[in-house]
Amino acid sequence: MEIKICGPGCAKCNEAMQVVQAAVEAAGLQVEIVKVTDFQAIAKLGVFSTPAVVVDGQVKCVGKVPAVAEVSGWL
Amino acid sequence: MQPLPSFKKHSETPVSPPPVHGKRLSPFSVCGGGLVGVVAWYLLYRQLLPLSGYLAFGLLGLQPESHLGASVQFFLYDTPKVLMLLLLVVYGVGVIRSFFTPERTRRLLAGRHEATGNVLAALLGIVTPFCSCSAVPLFIGFVTAGVPLGVTFSFLIAAPMVNEIALVLLYGLLGWKVAALYLGTGLLVAMVAGWVIGRLGMEDYVEDWVRDVLDASDSSEDEHTWATRLRYGREAVRDIVGKVWPYVVGGIFVGAVIHGYVPQGMMASIMGKDAWWSVPAAVLLGVPMYSNAAGIVPIIHALLEKGAALGTALAFMMSVIALSFPEMVILRKVLKVRLVMVFAAVVATGILLVGFLFNLVI
Repeated sequence: MEIKICGPGCAKCNEAMQVVQAAVEAAGLQVEIVKVTDFQAIAKLGVFSTPAVVVDGQVKCVGKVPAVAEVSGWL
Repeated sequence: MQPLPSFKKHSETPVSPPPVHGKRLSPFSVCGGGLVGVVAWYLLYRQLLPLSGYLAFGLLGLQPESHLGASVQFFLYDTPKVLMLLLLVVYGVGVIRSFFTPERTRRLLAGRHEATGNVLAALLGIVTPFCSCSAVPLFIGFVTAGVPLGVTFSFLIAAPMVNEIALVLLYGLLGWKVAALYLGTGLLVAMVAGWVIGRLGMEDYVEDWVRDVLDASDSSEDEHTWATRLRYGREAVRDIVGKVWPYVVGGIFVGAVIHGYVPQGMMASIMGKDAWWSVPAAVLLGVPMYSNAAGIVPIIHALLEKGAALGTALAFMMSVIALSFPEMVILRKVLKVRLVMVFAAVVATGILLVGFLFNLVI
């Protein structure tokens, strides 16, 4: 499983990163978490509002920091 | 929906809403609760002026005519007043914004013709959640969805310029007329500047790779219940008020010092009506400055009070908020240099005209 966090590196993007990490740790899974900061790469994923979370190529949330419970549901 | 685990990040936030559980709220309990809240808010709000007078002159024993007395009372009145207005409006706007996601805005704008598109884009710029770091992805999303370039620019100009914090502060410190003027002219600049950029036919000056991006797939829309919309409002309060309150307090402090100590009419010679060059100077000065609305309005307030002309002050404020150097650097990633320059020039011209117009009329 691979999770991508899209965002140029603003405060909210970092927050999203921490939420995902917390959810992954709580679930005790082996998940690769990748930060995508390049705009071109973000656009290619079909994301146009950051922060966004992409799980295995599927865009799960855009334009907001998800809650830990939401992320757990995607794992 | 499961109860949210408490995940606290902002320990410094003055307002920490209680953790929300996914209860179903009926529209009636929403309205009733809202009404009680607004009434309580209003009753408290009305007590602020007598309270500040009592604290400054009664409790601290300062003289109302003294420099220090005037400054302290100004600070004790304006700070809670502005913070209370902010709480109310940020919460309200937060709830409204749950109806206008960037995805929906994009769908609303796709395929619009110019003119109506420019008007709609500027209006949507007020209610769509936006931060400058998402300007670029948003730009790409709009362009790939077939939103005309000029319409996209109307949105990009209005979104930072006409924001709820600027409006609240202008209303709280300078009254509804100035706030309405700012809202009206801000929207007008965004509409016209976007329209002009659209007329110039500069589509070729968008970076080539942007056009190669396939149309972004629409991700599933969040299902919103009233409970989640209200949560959205509370999160907006936590996020925005938690972040800007130091700027507000700092700005009011500077304003209070100017209010109490700077002699009346001192700004009139530098920023007054008769100094025509002060409008372009204010715009040029404002571009490299980057502040959010929260920090700039209390200073504008104090400048106006000491004789600065309204047009000059509004032009300065618009250029500080709407034209920022960091944003242009970010936009350079999707726009060729020439289009970035045109964007800055068109918006700056619009702001200049607003400044001159107000100095002439008022």
